[in-house]
Amino acid sequence: MFDDFFIRALFVGIGMALVTGPLGCFVVWRRLSFFGDTLAHSALLGITIAYTMEINIALSVFIISSLVALMLLKLEKTTNLPTDALLGLLAHSSLAVGLVVIGLIATIRFDLMGLLFGDILAVNVNDIIIVWFGGALILLVLKLIYKPLFASTVNYELAEAEGMKPEKVKAIFTLLLAAIIAISIKMVGLLLITGMLILPAAIARNISSNPKGMVIYSIIAGLMSVLIGLFSSLQINTPSGPSIITAGLILFVLSLIKIKGSSQLKS
Amino acid sequence: MEKAGVFINNKWLVKDVSLEIEKGKIITLIGPNGSGKTTTAKIALGLYKNISGKVEKFTKKIAYVPQKISIDWTLPIRVFDFMNLTSDLQDQEINEALEITGAKHLLNNDLKSLSGGEFQRVLIARAVAKKPDLLVLDEPVQGVDFTGEIELYELIKKISETLKCGILLISHNLHVVMSKTDHVVCLNGHVCCSGTPISVANNKKYQELFGEDVSKILSIYEHKHDHKHGVDGSVEEN
Repeated sequence: MFDDFFIRALFVGIGMALVTGPLGCFVVWRRLSFFGDTLAHSALLGITIAYTMEINIALSVFIISSLVALMLLKLEKTTNLPTDALLGLLAHSSLAVGLVVIGLIATIRFDLMGLLFGDILAVNVNDIIIVWFGGALILLVLKLIYKPLFASTVNYELAEAEGMKPEKVKAIFTLLLAAIIAISIKMVGLLLITGMLILPAAIARNISSNPKGMVIYSIIAGLMSVLIGLFSSLQINTPSGPSIITAGLILFVLSLIKIKGSSQLKS
Repeated sequence: MEKAGVFINNKWLVKDVSLEIEKGKIITLIGPNGSGKTTTAKIALGLYKNISGKVEKFTKKIAYVPQKISIDWTLPIRVFDFMNLTSDLQDQEINEALEITGAKHLLNNDLKSLSGGEFQRVLIARAVAKKPDLLVLDEPVQGVDFTGEIELYELIKKISETLKCGILLISHNLHVVMSKTDHVVCLNGHVCCSGTPISVANNKKYQELFGEDVSKILSIYEHKHDHKHGVDGSVEEN
């Protein structure tokens, strides 16, 4: 059943949407959009290292993204620079170092477009396994830390006072972000990963009134983006990754109608 | 906690504060703005990493009502979700807690739509519903209307009796402090004086800090004071 490239793409896309939905909610709640972007940029370095050392791409990206995340936490504590400046610094310098490394190892030809935008139609059975097993693991860990993570998102000190260990769950959540980027980099590419994290959650925010509802709507919105994006890319022959994000954008615009409707109801 | 203090940016926020919170007792911290009341509460809660002295905790069942809390508009969160923030409560427990703080009708409201007073009632309800062993309340009735304020203080008194929990209360309402608490600690960067409400009210240092008129509430006679306060709350020996 995995013979057809389109079926494989569907499986990978659905698996991704199931994971980016809930993770994306926390990215939006904790205002980490730019942080996700930084991790995604650093993934390029991870990919080049994977090629030079001939190790698994997902593993290499995970390690590099985690290192960049740790570096950010360290820099936040030791410098007086604001977080957004540090994020910009890390994002662009890791991207630049990645490109320099590519230049150094001239023997390998890179498909840069593929790296930036991914190629979900080129995934193999291995990728499906990585996305589904990795994704299941990410969701399991997220489920375990959901309560303390949510509590510390609402109020850090209150969560800490009542024994929820916010610092620890923050670090774990950061690793989960690095992990989702690692397993999805090949499919949607580093420029579109943040889109997959933020768009479904943003759509869900427009139409939900409580946190659990937002997580569920976010998953549904992600699934719809993947399905609409993939099928339309097949029909009208557009690049798949960007088509998924564009489908998400259209859903977002539609979700704005709901906001307008409910605010009229209030007034 | 014993001789605890926090030293940040070359300045002691509070220094050498020792106090013990016993089960079933209410300890109240009073003192002027910037005297380290909130800091002391946060030390007791373990929110500061580098402190001098030591804090010993005898329980993990702690509930905290912070002085200020702002809810980010990116979070869709109802009162119901907030009640369950750090624990898994039965619906009945949630309803009961909201009922006694007079906030039951707010259960399904969006947290952001609440007024200041309503939000305080929900904050207290959430802490009470947890049935903690230690309850830390930082200005719990700010923004609550006058009758509600008295009711909530009555409630706090009742909680300490029924739940047998220790309560650390920060309050500006001296009438309440005097009538409802077991032990008063008067702070001004350090422990200025402490003891039962009456003994503190009679203390000269306390009278200096709050002015004679205020302290007349319960004062009967004066003590000779052994130190003066500098403008920053530091102690100057006579």
